[in-house]
Amino acid sequence: MSSTTNTPTHHTSTIGAIGAPSRRNTELAMLVFAVVIPVFAYANVGLAIDDKVPAGLLGYGLGLGLLAGVAHLVVRRFAPYADPLLLPLATLLNGLGLVAIWRLDQSKLLQSIGVAGGKATNQLIYTALGITLFVVALIFLKDHRTLQRYTYISMAGALVLLLLPLIPGLGANVYGAKIWIQIGSFTIQPGEFAKIVLAIFFAGYLMVKRDALALASRRFMGLYLPRGRDLGPIVVVWMISILILVFETDLGTSLLFFGMFVIMLYVATERTSWIVFGLLMSAVGAVGVASFEPHIQTRVQAWLNPLHEYKLSQAGSHDGILHSEQAMQALWAFGSGGTLGTGWGQGHSELIRFAANSDFILATFGEELGLAGLMAILLVYGLIVERGIRTALAARDPFGKLLAVGLSGAFALQVFVVAGGVMGLIPLTGMTMPFLAYGGSSVIANWALIGILIRISDTARRPAPAPASNPDVEMTQVVRPS
Amino acid sequence: MNKPLRRIAIFCGLLVLALLVRDNWLQYVKADSLKNDTLNRRVTIARYATPRGDIIVDGDPITGSTTTSKSGLNDLKYKRTYKNGPMWAPVTGFASQAFGATQLESIEDGILTGNDDRLFFRNTLDMITGKQRQGGNVVTTLNAAAQKAAYNGLKSQGGKGAVAALDPSTGKILALASYPSYDPSSFAGNSTSTDSKAWTALQKKNNPNDPMLNRALRETYPPGSTFKVVTAAAALENGLYTSADQNTNSPLPYVMPGTTTELKNEGNIPCKNATMRTALRVSCNTVFGKIGADLGNDKMLAEAKKFGFDEEQFTPVRSAASVFSDNMNKSQTALSSIGQFNTAATPLQMAMVASAVANDGKLMKPYMVDKLQSSNLDTIAQTDPQELSQPLSSKNAQILQSMMETVVKEGTGTKAQINGVTVGGKTGTAQHGVENSENPYAWFISYAKLPDGSSPVAVAVVIEDDQANRDDISGGGLAAPIAKSVMEAVINSKK
Repeated sequence: MSSTTNTPTHHTSTIGAIGAPSRRNTELAMLVFAVVIPVFAYANVGLAIDDKVPAGLLGYGLGLGLLAGVAHLVVRRFAPYADPLLLPLATLLNGLGLVAIWRLDQSKLLQSIGVAGGKATNQLIYTALGITLFVVALIFLKDHRTLQRYTYISMAGALVLLLLPLIPGLGANVYGAKIWIQIGSFTIQPGEFAKIVLAIFFAGYLMVKRDALALASRRFMGLYLPRGRDLGPIVVVWMISILILVFETDLGTSLLFFGMFVIMLYVATERTSWIVFGLLMSAVGAVGVASFEPHIQTRVQAWLNPLHEYKLSQAGSHDGILHSEQAMQALWAFGSGGTLGTGWGQGHSELIRFAANSDFILATFGEELGLAGLMAILLVYGLIVERGIRTALAARDPFGKLLAVGLSGAFALQVFVVAGGVMGLIPLTGMTMPFLAYGGSSVIANWALIGILIRISDTARRPAPAPASNPDVEMTQVVRPS
Repeated sequence: MNKPLRRIAIFCGLLVLALLVRDNWLQYVKADSLKNDTLNRRVTIARYATPRGDIIVDGDPITGSTTTSKSGLNDLKYKRTYKNGPMWAPVTGFASQAFGATQLESIEDGILTGNDDRLFFRNTLDMITGKQRQGGNVVTTLNAAAQKAAYNGLKSQGGKGAVAALDPSTGKILALASYPSYDPSSFAGNSTSTDSKAWTALQKKNNPNDPMLNRALRETYPPGSTFKVVTAAAALENGLYTSADQNTNSPLPYVMPGTTTELKNEGNIPCKNATMRTALRVSCNTVFGKIGADLGNDKMLAEAKKFGFDEEQFTPVRSAASVFSDNMNKSQTALSSIGQFNTAATPLQMAMVASAVANDGKLMKPYMVDKLQSSNLDTIAQTDPQELSQPLSSKNAQILQSMMETVVKEGTGTKAQINGVTVGGKTGTAQHGVENSENPYAWFISYAKLPDGSSPVAVAVVIEDDQANRDDISGGGLAAPIAKSVMEAVINSKK
């Protein structure tokens, strides 16, 4: 444990280790809500569209309940001190996502263009796979510090995952962004998995190098500037994210990885200068690439003037650029939802057409649940992120802290980039809302992410083993709380 | 490491906060403008999601709604239908799934679809009781018999034309016909094979007769001699003459001031030093041209404006603004005062002129929506008659009435006479085209007065017929019989 966190004054902020309640029953009670709410939503959709309770209600409720139950039992058995909120929050989002996907499955328009139809069943299977990975992670990963051993393998793995979409014949270009790979009829978004693997690499790497990176050579305008040679790693990561931007033409993925690295670097070194550097470099990179990459330019144009873009797409503009009506359609969906929304199944978010149930699924929530419902969903995301950072605060080892904040930070950035894009706050990117959106990669990877966070939080909140192997730790723990 | 962690926690909180703020901006501040954006397909979907309310004339709907086929990707449930579409098109406008809505269908769309805020309470009640939301009705002021007389009259003439009829005492529009017309049912749906074809065929570029033009409200014609009523009103109001039977001291031939051009009369008529009564009866250009020149541009313009010229009327369907120009010299004013030069008027405008004279000088604001009803026939809004202006004093209005009655009794408008009813009118034959080369427009404006002194109807008829023989066109010959049948229809429906 680092000297900075081990002093008694800092200890008051960590979660009490002695006699901490496991909160497993709290988790169970919350899980009941997390399953019951989507079941009601599901019934609601059926009543709105067909005037009857959907036939699949029992199967759907049982399926989600069973998955949540298994996850809970595994947590109870293998991570008894884990954070009680993470699992219910993720289950709630996953369940609501399933409802929205099923609701869009009913749209004839989306069926006719192959976007919808039976997708909810697929998503339930993906959820099962995701929960399986979650369970496997909890059972086999007894201690998150094991991951530290795989620092450099993770680096190699992350690079492979990031490069996969660029391999000819394997990569798939979907609406301009090349962040998918296609195997048979399956498309996989390797970036979702790369997010986790990269967090492991950054955490392992930064834990080792953080003291060197924290060394300042000189002070300039109130900032400690790092030594030139210490700039190496950030420059490498920056270049990789620029390469992603250039070759995969996706601003979101690029921003996500670079942002995650800057966050972890800042936490590891406690040097604000890294943030300043990070912001400058991402601004330079984004503006630089946008100046010559037509796909990025189109996205920026669509962001600045969605209505014009809509008209171009309707007019069938022949300037060689693919104009999309989606951005404006999404804004109309949000606006038409208003404060309270139209109610489940009564909106017209199918007008977004392509990607209505994946990238743009938030628009369905916005239209049918309104401002009130969407704010609740955004707050649920916020809670997941903050529980993740709380876990980082509570973690007693720097690797765990870094990994937890890296995963939470990446999660937060992804939510911001996707939701901001769909709501027109920033240019649109090709990523999806974690848990809500249709897509196997996203659901599976994010369940693994939650699994790792739960593992770290279990370690962090677990009562310290007695007798302590380290007398220093023992002493400080007896002293607190003062 | 905890200090930066806390800052990251705050940073992530700010990211979520930014999303929340943006969400509030979109779904609260901008919600209404996004929701009601006409490009937003939801507007169309909502318009046709429930049976549309009806437009009602004399207690009977002139519109209807029918379900569309549910097959395919059609997301619009109901389609508009029209009874006697071509006859009522200038009143209803159209509501087409593919081509949007116009006129009453567009202006009262909120009531007809049931989305209007004034129906909120009823809609909420329906939602609680599980009833399907229904559109409200628009009850018009129109008179079915008068409309039929107007439309059939135009149709039997065969040429282009329009009729507008008003109730002088209230401003209620009783008839509003335009010919040739179109059937809004023919393109109410969104089928590319039938509706789009019908729509394309009706467009002006494919059909030179421009059947979709609402001539009664949107087309301005030179009013010709019918404008002499306005000029006579200006003469009386400005005290140039105080009686209909006072000699006007008009020369014949009359050379327009500042020019060497003679203003000519049609034929050899007794206009020298004629009284205004005689001048109106035989339609002297010289007398009224001189009155205009004597009064000057400003006084003529002021009087024309009091009658509603140079202003759009919202009935609530917008009418084009009729024109009486400003900054004209004396000869131009003289020509304008006999309804030539730049002067142009919609049929509605000329009906307003007749109605103001008939209503003892008071011009009532023309309107065609009597009331708005919810689906259970509760009145939501009622239009009250409103005085627009008073172009004439009551005394001068009566002088002008007696002049117009002379026109019908023994002048150019004898074909508008009705047994047992006093009719006042004025014919007009407006020249147009370069060097007056094109066929003139035939005008007739009139009002009817019952024995009890009340005046139930004022009407304006215009016919533009490029097929007809030039000599046949005169307001008295072509237009007056139509005006007569419209007036008779109104009078009979009052009995």
